[in-house]
Amino acid sequence: MHRDDLVRLRRARDRMDRDYAQPLDVPALAAEALMSPGHFHRMFREAYDETPYQHLMTRRIERAAALLRHGDVSVTDACMAVGCTSLGSFSSRFTALMGVTPSEYRARAHGAAAVIPPCVGKLADRPAGTRSGSEKRRAGVPA
Amino acid sequence: MTTSPTASLAVRNCFLVVDDHDTAMAFYRDVLGFTVTQDVTNGDFRWLSLATPTQPELEITLQSVGIYPGSSPADREAMDTLLAKGLMNPLIFQCDDVDALFEHVVAAGGEVLQEPQDQFYGVRDCAFRDPAGNMLRFNQRLDQG
Repeated sequence: MHRDDLVRLRRARDRMDRDYAQPLDVPALAAEALMSPGHFHRMFREAYDETPYQHLMTRRIERAAALLRHGDVSVTDACMAVGCTSLGSFSSRFTALMGVTPSEYRARAHGAAAVIPPCVGKLADRPAGTRSGSEKRRAGVPA
Repeated sequence: MTTSPTASLAVRNCFLVVDDHDTAMAFYRDVLGFTVTQDVTNGDFRWLSLATPTQPELEITLQSVGIYPGSSPADREAMDTLLAKGLMNPLIFQCDDVDALFEHVVAAGGEVLQEPQDQFYGVRDCAFRDPAGNMLRFNQRLDQG
């Protein structure tokens, strides 16, 4: 893959991380990366081992989980706050990633976490199904 | 009193890989206000170090991704790919006023990764990409007065 393409993919990924709460869609991101949607989808997956949509939704779920940890935000408000417009698809994606429904996650006690840099914390709180049991225990998430 | 031989240890040097020294230097020096402490060129190799205002003894050395000592062409290509993809290790700074710092870097054209945000573990932080693709994070402790 050419370096210029990699940099465009990085910028698209950064844009999702930055503007996840906005109504982003893959065709618009592809256009900004100067690629067709199909090409963008394939290149992104090759570079980052996940599709653009998966990355965006994972980012949204991470931020929603952070909001729900406070306990004073409703599931609907958290869903809307992170840019999801459908509560149904938000809940099913949340459950698939986190292993519990948003309501269950919100109701659970969240102890004080260690001081983890966000870039690492993002990984630690990103149960995309590939983490080991010990990593889940460190993150305070039951296996 | 006996002093442990390890008691005086401190971090003296850390490294960032960049694809273009001049662009990176302009960002660290002109936008972040760092001081260039060393700039030595030997053929294709360039040792360029900068220091933050509060830690003049701690050198942040910019290394060229293409000329990493002891690496094979395949290694260089791999590292360049990681840098371009934004997957190199980040550098994390602390500051007194993360919102003011954020506005300053944005005004200078910095590439925003994350707007200032309270984190549940006690910091308010923001993040940028440096021109080479490294993630830079800026923390402000929330328990400061």
